[in-house]
Amino acid sequence: MSSLPGVWGTWGGYLPFFVAGFLACEPWRWAGALLGRDLDPNSEVFIWVRAVSSAIVAGLVARLVVVPTGAMAMLSAPTRYAAVAAGIAAFYAFGKSLGAGVVGGTLALLALHALGI
Amino acid sequence: MFGRSPAHSPSDRAAMTEPSATPEPPTQSMTRTRAFWRGTLAMFGVPALVLYAGILGYGAFAREVGLTLGQALALPIFLQALPAQVVLADHAARGASLAAAALAVSLTAVRFLPMTVVLMPWLRGHGGPRWHELLVVHFVAVTVWIEGLRRLPTAPAEVRLVYYLGIGIGILTGTLVSTALGYLAAGTLPQWMAAALLFTMPLTFLLAMVETSRARTDYLAIIAGVVIAPVAYIWVPGFDLLVTGLAGGTLAWVLGRRRRT
Repeated sequence: MSSLPGVWGTWGGYLPFFVAGFLACEPWRWAGALLGRDLDPNSEVFIWVRAVSSAIVAGLVARLVVVPTGAMAMLSAPTRYAAVAAGIAAFYAFGKSLGAGVVGGTLALLALHALGI
Repeated sequence: MFGRSPAHSPSDRAAMTEPSATPEPPTQSMTRTRAFWRGTLAMFGVPALVLYAGILGYGAFAREVGLTLGQALALPIFLQALPAQVVLADHAARGASLAAAALAVSLTAVRFLPMTVVLMPWLRGHGGPRWHELLVVHFVAVTVWIEGLRRLPTAPAEVRLVYYLGIGIGILTGTLVSTALGYLAAGTLPQWMAAALLFTMPLTFLLAMVETSRARTDYLAIIAGVVIAPVAYIWVPGFDLLVTGLAGGTLAWVLGRRRRT
């Protein structure tokens, strides 16, 4: 049973997810496979589309941290921002290590929350 | 130990795909079956394990926004892309239009085009029909792609396609298990633990993007996205990620270009 609103509840949600998901993503992969030999990854168009997609994902990160929903909303703003900062610090302290950054940031979050900040 | 940096800059890509660097003489013969199973071992590799932490967060997030477990598992199968999954689940939960969601998802997936281009030299030479390549490129997403670039050179050319399929299916299996665990744990764990689980997702995205950034434009795009998104959220809710992407990405491109030229 889906609790999603509007069109997203039809066909158990699978059809809209297939249309807006698979059919929205997959053509880029097919295009990459078909054009593989001819495209120039150094062209300005590619630099631009990569920047746009990076900004989208960064924007999603910012929204999740600045305007949290669900369980994350119980964390105070200082805790969330300090934990992100701690994650970035751990990331760089261990030579751009993704694992260290994620573990460090999460530990900082738990510590700050336990302290009631 | 987690320092295996995926190379994303155009120059790195070009270097990796130099045809002269591609063909390594097959040192030993390997059956397709063996290549497939060897590929699946990538599901226990370090890049995959880091990915699963973010996937746990995705599973918890999917439950938070109201997806069923089946829907939460369908998204990784359809999309094979964590950021796109989150964008789509988010749009669905907010009742955005199908077109707006498809456009936002599509824009986050644009990066797969150059990534697929980079991978293609390794996926040719399998001796089968060309459409087999169109099927396996479904598994082009950051983690699987990195593992492909790391592992494919060790396999003979004729089994690389199957090897890559093994990597993709292995990591998809781990992804589905992690999604289900995150989804189920979000309901039973104490609130503070669920919050920490959810928090790993944006943090993983942010750090993974910084890690894969090489050019100044990439860093500028991240900063612009972070700054613009909260404003766009208030200004144009529902289209905020699109506006953020187009405005922030274009700004980063212009500023980066000024530096380049």
